[in-house]
Amino acid sequence: MSAVAPPRPAPARRRPRLMGRAPQETQAGLWTYLFLALTMLFAAFPLYWMFVIATSDDEALAKLPPAIVPGDRFMTNVDEVFSLQDVYFAASLVNSVIVATVVTASVLFFCSLAGFAFAKLRFKGSNALMLFVVLTLTVPNQLGIVALYIVMGKLGWNGTLLAVIAPGLVTAFGVFYMRQFIVNTVPDELVESARMDGATTMRVYANIVLPAIRPALAVLGLLTFVATWNDFQWPLITLSGTDFPTSMVAISDLASGNYVIYRRVLAGAFIATVPLLVMLFIGGRQIVRGIMEGAVKS
Amino acid sequence: MSTTRAAPASSSRRAAPERGRSGGDDRRLTWRNRLYRFDMRYMPYLMIAPFFLLFVVFGLFPLLFNAVVSLRNYRLDDPTLPYWAGVENFSRLFGDEDFWNALYNTFGIFLLSSVPQLLLALVVASLLNRKLRAQTWWRVGVLLPYVTPIVASTMVFSVFFSRDFGMANWVLGLFGLGGADDPIDWRADKLHSWIAIATMVNWKWIGYNALLYLAAMQSIPRDVYEAAAIDGAGPWKQLWRITVPMIQPVVLFTVILSTIGGLQLFTEPMLFDPNAQAATGGPNGEWQTIAQLIYKVGWKDLNLGYAAAMSWALFLIILIVAGVNYLVTNRLSGGRK
Repeated sequence: MSAVAPPRPAPARRRPRLMGRAPQETQAGLWTYLFLALTMLFAAFPLYWMFVIATSDDEALAKLPPAIVPGDRFMTNVDEVFSLQDVYFAASLVNSVIVATVVTASVLFFCSLAGFAFAKLRFKGSNALMLFVVLTLTVPNQLGIVALYIVMGKLGWNGTLLAVIAPGLVTAFGVFYMRQFIVNTVPDELVESARMDGATTMRVYANIVLPAIRPALAVLGLLTFVATWNDFQWPLITLSGTDFPTSMVAISDLASGNYVIYRRVLAGAFIATVPLLVMLFIGGRQIVRGIMEGAVKS
Repeated sequence: MSTTRAAPASSSRRAAPERGRSGGDDRRLTWRNRLYRFDMRYMPYLMIAPFFLLFVVFGLFPLLFNAVVSLRNYRLDDPTLPYWAGVENFSRLFGDEDFWNALYNTFGIFLLSSVPQLLLALVVASLLNRKLRAQTWWRVGVLLPYVTPIVASTMVFSVFFSRDFGMANWVLGLFGLGGADDPIDWRADKLHSWIAIATMVNWKWIGYNALLYLAAMQSIPRDVYEAAAIDGAGPWKQLWRITVPMIQPVVLFTVILSTIGGLQLFTEPMLFDPNAQAATGGPNGEWQTIAQLIYKVGWKDLNLGYAAAMSWALFLIILIVAGVNYLVTNRLSGGRK
């Protein structure tokens, strides 16, 4: 023990100065802000630069030092993207909205239903079935992609939005997350007393559980929407070459060919990114919370 | 008969007060009791059924069916081949240079992305763990890359890493590296293309992992740090001696997550290639990953059977590497067992 250490136990719970204070209680200094600002710059610059090129002409990409301020050709570039014949960019945005919305709604409904059942209802086999859900959390779904393609072929769904929507309709993570949240926030007594008043299980779900888990629905909804919107590999496999691409597939189409015009590619990329940036701006708090809660509980 | 059937349910608290009313009510009662019994007994299954049905059909079944396909001759361009291939698809794997090359690339990119990613995430998390002004905004800010579509960001980085007029070369030139006279061709060899792709992966996931670490850091009891004052631990020492061992479960979790994700890398190597449609990962497969090779074998060479076998191989590799990484991290981050 060094001489600096206060006598223990400290009578007035006084903390030693400077050292030994928990980081959470340490006021951030200049260096902390500086380094965080650098991190922010690193995180935001590619997005900013996407916008710079999306608003510029071809010259901007052929000069040194590189262009750093936005140009004035955003509308021109956007017009070009939308009018390209075999890219179907406008349709692809609509498709992405459809896919992400349907998938999100479905995940929220089915996963909260199952999560409620696992959290608050007693039935035979519930533990084993929940264990199954947890185990499947870690299985990389990409590995079944070849067989999924064959299955979709048999159903005749390849090349349609159904092929993209169907595999996303439920997620093991959704059930897991909902269950955890319901266990922690919906008191058993509330469910019991509603039962005593003659409420059916579905009524308990609709009137008690749903209102109580609204924050969790927001979090899961945002995370699901973002992930679905950004999905690339499977939509590429099943949709490329059709008239129904999602926006991610359409952007990759923009970037294919012998001579790629990057101001168009990045204009398209920028348009497809904006909805997510808006969501982060509005729901950022929820997304942060969702990720952090998931970390502590898992 | 209906009365006997209703008997067990009518002893329940809900139905009890309704007893002893007129006959018409009695019939309604039994109907209600049946409904109640159904509700108690079968409703839970009905509620979890949609999840399991959809999950089994579109998640689990393809995974298992993949095993069948891998034992078959499944060529989209030649349906006349004999149905079963036995283990041919698997034995072919061992002699396939493309496969070993892709495996090598996948590991290379994985190492260059996961290690810096998690270390930097730790640093960012420990900074976010201080008392900050506008705390929420810093946290939301580090998530910018997380919500950005990989397709979009890869396009931006593709331009950053172009040989002539690329931002990366220009910045390096400022530090006297490469420069305009001797620019680095990021797509000419393995190491440089790996670095470029790893940069994209790092950019995407540092903030996300930092938030996972931050969450764990905030649940560390404060007196742990007070106790450390006695040794006079500075912030850096504090991070490595106290914080990291205390958040070890989350560290392991992120290691597993980034192993699973990193070994399946697809979008970045695909779109880094100006000739993306070929899925070769560079003119000589400099940065072709396994996921990319699976795509090429399955949907460019139209050999789904072989692609399925490769998927299984990848699955095994992920299992093994995740296991090894788990053990190694457990050691390094101060696990007790």
